[in-house]
Amino acid sequence: MNDEKIIEIKNLTKQYKKLVAVNNLNLNVYKGDVFGFLGPNGAGKSTTIRMLLTLIKPTSGSIKIFNKDLTEHRKTILSKIGAIVEKPDFYLYLTAYKNLEILAKTSGIKITKKKIMEMLELVGLSDRYNSKVKTFSHGMKQRLGIAQTLIHDPELIILDEPTTGLDPQGMKEIRDLILYLSKEKGKTVFLSSHILREIELIATRMIIINKGTAKVEGTVEELLNEEKLKVKFEINDKEEALQLIEKSTWKNNYLTAENNKLLFQLDKQDIPQLTKFFVNNNIMISAVVPMRSLEDYFLKITEESSV
Amino acid sequence: MITLTKIELFKIFKKWRTYIGFIAIGILVPLAQWALYAQGLESYQTSITRKLGDSFLTGGNILNGYLLAFIVLQGLYFHFPFLVVLVGGDLFSGEATSGTYRILLTRPVTRFQVATSKFFAGLIYTFLLILWLMILSLFVSLWLFGSGALMVFLDKIYIFSSSDVFWRFLAAYGYAFISLSTICTLAYFLSSLVDNAIGPIITTMAIIIVFTILSLLPFDVLETFRPYFFTTYLDKWKLFFKDPIDFAMITKSTIILVSHILLFYSASLLIFIKKDILS
Repeated sequence: MNDEKIIEIKNLTKQYKKLVAVNNLNLNVYKGDVFGFLGPNGAGKSTTIRMLLTLIKPTSGSIKIFNKDLTEHRKTILSKIGAIVEKPDFYLYLTAYKNLEILAKTSGIKITKKKIMEMLELVGLSDRYNSKVKTFSHGMKQRLGIAQTLIHDPELIILDEPTTGLDPQGMKEIRDLILYLSKEKGKTVFLSSHILREIELIATRMIIINKGTAKVEGTVEELLNEEKLKVKFEINDKEEALQLIEKSTWKNNYLTAENNKLLFQLDKQDIPQLTKFFVNNNIMISAVVPMRSLEDYFLKITEESSV
Repeated sequence: MITLTKIELFKIFKKWRTYIGFIAIGILVPLAQWALYAQGLESYQTSITRKLGDSFLTGGNILNGYLLAFIVLQGLYFHFPFLVVLVGGDLFSGEATSGTYRILLTRPVTRFQVATSKFFAGLIYTFLLILWLMILSLFVSLWLFGSGALMVFLDKIYIFSSSDVFWRFLAAYGYAFISLSTICTLAYFLSSLVDNAIGPIITTMAIIIVFTILSLLPFDVLETFRPYFFTTYLDKWKLFFKDPIDFAMITKSTIILVSHILLFYSASLLIFIKKDILS
């Protein structure tokens, strides 16, 4: 992990009268991270992102981006950030091309037609460059949103629920694009989502927040390995397998059986051991499916904090 | 700032509502020219001379482009605020309604720059509207009907020789630009307060209507307050068509209107800079 901090949030709080939307939040995002910012709806994710982008002012706390205070160096910092905040809204009466052109000019960069078309090509909208955005579907607007974040070649990309409203194919395309930007282009990505699978698939580090407060922070791998996995074994002979389990120490890990599928709670390193156990006892295994995922972890964390 | 103002103007002129004012003037002025030329000029002259007991004789081309331009300006002037607020009331709230604040204000521009570019774009739109009116009502009228002496009836009859009229029109249009800019800036200010464009448009018109009525009601008790209504100064362009011209009053009116423009602009700026963008 690169130890150069790109975002450093300290004791960040946003209060609207009696409602505390973000409460004493601390987090760090490092260079090259795909940082998952995870939380249920209303957890304070969008409020935090709006503060990161100076759309709203914090009640207290500090934000440093690129090691500079956000309030003092707002313009310099924003020139190196591309962002989508919540749903992608554009000037509907303008074409996709014109939207990108005026946003690039607003960013103070000299933009060429070639560059705009490259961005539209990247998100699969080059054939609709001359169409007014009001004719676009939600998915197309979402992709145009990605294009506008990249138009000025930012170092940090902040994406707030970028796959919301997309079909599975569209979601995969956006995920692939984020991975491409991170791995191939070296961008740091701050990705807010409530879609856990998305974070699990692409984030390197993550934080889970609920009710405006950070619950856990770390690498996705670390957090996922903190607890036992639920693993489903698909086998050929359930009855015999159950008898063997009953006589072994694996009975402590056994949870349930359904048809020819047995569910176990295991440490990651136990999976090959149990597989070997079945094979040695002539039980044929047709599939081993790890069931526990970020979803379980997320629910556990958020439920704990709701109590 | 110039780039941002150009972008704001580009956005303004890509909206259909922007052209309502230009189309309205483009229809109304030629209609007025046609109607006044075909039917109304002689009766207009008669109505003026009747006030002098039918003992008034005129010579030369009094039914000319200048007279038409004056009648059009006088007749349409009170309707212009409706056209100006359509754009002024949308300057901030249009961004809030469409959610585009989020892509605009996350760019490396200051809120001061954004607000000021919108302010200038509003003023330029107002200027272009006045210019369009001037071209149609003055230049086209002069081209169609020729020039000559101007005879107008305000509190009394004033007659100006043809060589003494053109500059008065330029000054009157210049003053009209300042007074309409005041209205545009009021709409701009109200637009900074809310997240939809309808509110500022209706509220601006309501303010103008209420204050104009208060300015016209013949009650002495209101006399004390009238100097404080900015609407009192909106139609002082007419002073350029009096003799002698009350330059002191024109200067005072201009200062008051410009002060209102600066006040509305400054207040909008303060609100916009402090505003949390939640749309």
